[in-house]
Amino acid sequence: MVTLNCDELSTREVNSLLHRLPVGSAVTITNPRGRHNLAVGLSNALEVTIDGNAGYFIGGLCSGPKITVNGFVGWSVGENLMSGSVRVNGNASESAGASARGGEIYVSGDASSRAGISLKGGTLVVAGDVGHMSGFMAQAGVMLIGGDARDALGDSLYEAVIYVAGAIDSLGSDAIVEDLEDSDVHLVKELISRSGFDHISPEDVTRVASARRLYNFEALSGVAY
Amino acid sequence: MCGIVGLHLKEAALHRRLGELLTPMLLAMSERGPDSAGIAIYGDRALDGSLKWSLRASAGEIPWDDVGARLGRELDTIVQMRRVADAAVVTLDGDPKLVMKTLTEWFPDVTVVSFGHSVEVFKDVGRPAEICKRYGIAERTGFQGLGHTRMATESAVTTEHSHPFAAGADLCLVHNGSFSNYASVRRRLSDAGITFQTDNDSEVAARFLAYEIEHGADLGEALESLMNRLDGFYTLLVATESQFAVVRDSFACKPAVIAETDEYVAMASEYHALATLPGIDKAQVVEPMPREIHLWSR
Repeated sequence: MVTLNCDELSTREVNSLLHRLPVGSAVTITNPRGRHNLAVGLSNALEVTIDGNAGYFIGGLCSGPKITVNGFVGWSVGENLMSGSVRVNGNASESAGASARGGEIYVSGDASSRAGISLKGGTLVVAGDVGHMSGFMAQAGVMLIGGDARDALGDSLYEAVIYVAGAIDSLGSDAIVEDLEDSDVHLVKELISRSGFDHISPEDVTRVASARRLYNFEALSGVAY
Repeated sequence: MCGIVGLHLKEAALHRRLGELLTPMLLAMSERGPDSAGIAIYGDRALDGSLKWSLRASAGEIPWDDVGARLGRELDTIVQMRRVADAAVVTLDGDPKLVMKTLTEWFPDVTVVSFGHSVEVFKDVGRPAEICKRYGIAERTGFQGLGHTRMATESAVTTEHSHPFAAGADLCLVHNGSFSNYASVRRRLSDAGITFQTDNDSEVAARFLAYEIEHGADLGEALESLMNRLDGFYTLLVATESQFAVVRDSFACKPAVIAETDEYVAMASEYHALATLPGIDKAQVVEPMPREIHLWSR
């Protein structure tokens, strides 16, 4: 087990040491004290534990590692994640999982505004609530929210699907609630099993998807201008 | 981008450590604002209703002894003057309007940075670390402090354009963001007789709050009016002699984190600015929601 102490190492040193470790290594990063950009851009499948509260872009741009944060994180955790996972045992600030193309991001507490913004194929599971404009312009992938969603959920959604266990303050433009099918229940069950957020009842979630009314211009819309 | 920090000490035993605690918070925000920085320190109240005036030169060398003597003569009062680097803090008992008039008439190159019973404001162009050192911020005591590191987007990089903006007695504002309709709000305030020192958008917000408070609003009500009147992106930290408030715009475009313990309330743009505070591991740390007014009174 490798330990990297942020009190002794710069962020660049921490990341550079991580990049050089062989696949399968287990690493603990200590004393993060809100440090940004920890464990970013890793393409080696490490097991990284960040012990404490961390800053922005934790685990961003990674392909392969399994990252766990024992604390809260700042903006854009798992931003542009390609594969692997980032698990936050705490709350996440804004834009959790922004533009993630693959991989899985789990937040055991709440996530703030714009969670899953521009999601491009990744999976974002939040045990608690999410802030306003979550799922904004999400193109592909899936979000599961164990608590409530604030205003304008799924605004301008493309093909991503959002499941919400709690209440939705309001849906964003072009987002609609659709019937839950068996395939949805299976998917949600699988996400619950992977995340361990078993307070969610898979048959009782709400499915939010795109109404696809913004995909094309309507010829008659012209008269509005 | 800009960085803001604030510390509101509930525990009197920490008052002697205000500057020591606030300085690393501000320095942690240096990357967010390398252009200029400013600090408001709320400390010992001036005696017997006197006001403290934080003054600085907008141009050239100021004959500070002459400034003190002239103010004493015009206002017929005793003037205490403390020099802090190239700035000065003047304490005197007298009508603020007459103080302003005297300074404008006799010393047009002197800028009033702040005035009030408790507050002193120091700001300058340059790296936050140099500015803290220049004004001896780490040694300062007090019950409350605000700080700002600036990366200018809306107006020039000068000391006048830097934060905090002190618009009324003991009222200070620091802002991260940009207002879009500030010109029309400034026009309305100008029509009502309010004068401005700069073309800066944040100064409009500060003077708007001062105007609302002068017309009977409390700080919470004034912030509510601000959210309805001013459009744009903002995280604001506003303090008076008795209150400390944080508010974010309806999109929550600019970051903010608040940590609270039995000893203090601390606020910063990013959490790592709070990570050096004593007892932070036990603090309740929250991210304020859009349009939520978080306000503490002492």
